[in-house]
Amino acid sequence: MKMSAEEYGRRVRRVGPPSPLGRDCLWAFGVGGGICLLGEVLRGWYLTMGLDKELAGTLTSCTLVALSALLTTLGLYQKLAAKAGAGTLVPITGFANAVVSAAIEFKTEGRVLGTGAKMFIIAGPVIVYGTLAAVLYGSVYWLLQ
Amino acid sequence: MNYFWAFVVGGGICVIGQLLIDLTGLTPARILTGYVVAGVILSAVGWYAPLAEFAGCGATVPLLGFGHLLAKGVRTAIEEEGAIGILTGGLTAAAAGITTSLVCGVVCSWVGKSHDQN
Repeated sequence: MKMSAEEYGRRVRRVGPPSPLGRDCLWAFGVGGGICLLGEVLRGWYLTMGLDKELAGTLTSCTLVALSALLTTLGLYQKLAAKAGAGTLVPITGFANAVVSAAIEFKTEGRVLGTGAKMFIIAGPVIVYGTLAAVLYGSVYWLLQ
Repeated sequence: MNYFWAFVVGGGICVIGQLLIDLTGLTPARILTGYVVAGVILSAVGWYAPLAEFAGCGATVPLLGFGHLLAKGVRTAIEEEGAIGILTGGLTAAAAGITTSLVCGVVCSWVGKSHDQN
């Protein structure tokens, strides 16, 4: 059977799976937004308990980190991450997941060079370059003050 | 309304990350690092504080917010303590999140078993 390139493209699109890019983005949006929404709900609770804004924000981050650590230990965060991609990576829960999953994964290599070192495999660069950028910004800010 | 914008802005920031993964093939470590540095820059030019005010956790929970926290910490520390704030401000502001992650990591490694990553 002969068919033009356009006809072939149309048929492939019709029988192929839906665009993975669109599906990935939808998952990332739903799950990432959901994690932020959960954070906002927690922050609302802390604020109604009478904590000031700064403390409420800090406690919200700590709660999300602890929740992510729990789900990672149970192996559930990874299951969600397989679907949600950046939706589970970009929130602070993704940072916690990177630390905790490496800590568990590499404990066979020892407490010091396994868990202790490898938990920084993703957290390390994040902290290093984040701090570097903050110091550069701080220097400029101080000079211009 | 707070909850709505937290969801939409947070979700939107994650979609940008997903597009970076799918279209550029950047690794997760590079994305997270890029997000934190971008957060510092966005906070430095004064764009992130209004977003955080508007979207709450939609802006502060993604790692961009971690960068904003570092930059805000440096800014506050310089205003209160002078030049030494350049060195102390960032990690002081981020201490709670980092410490919680590290402590959870070690504690979970005592009880957790390695799972199939897929």
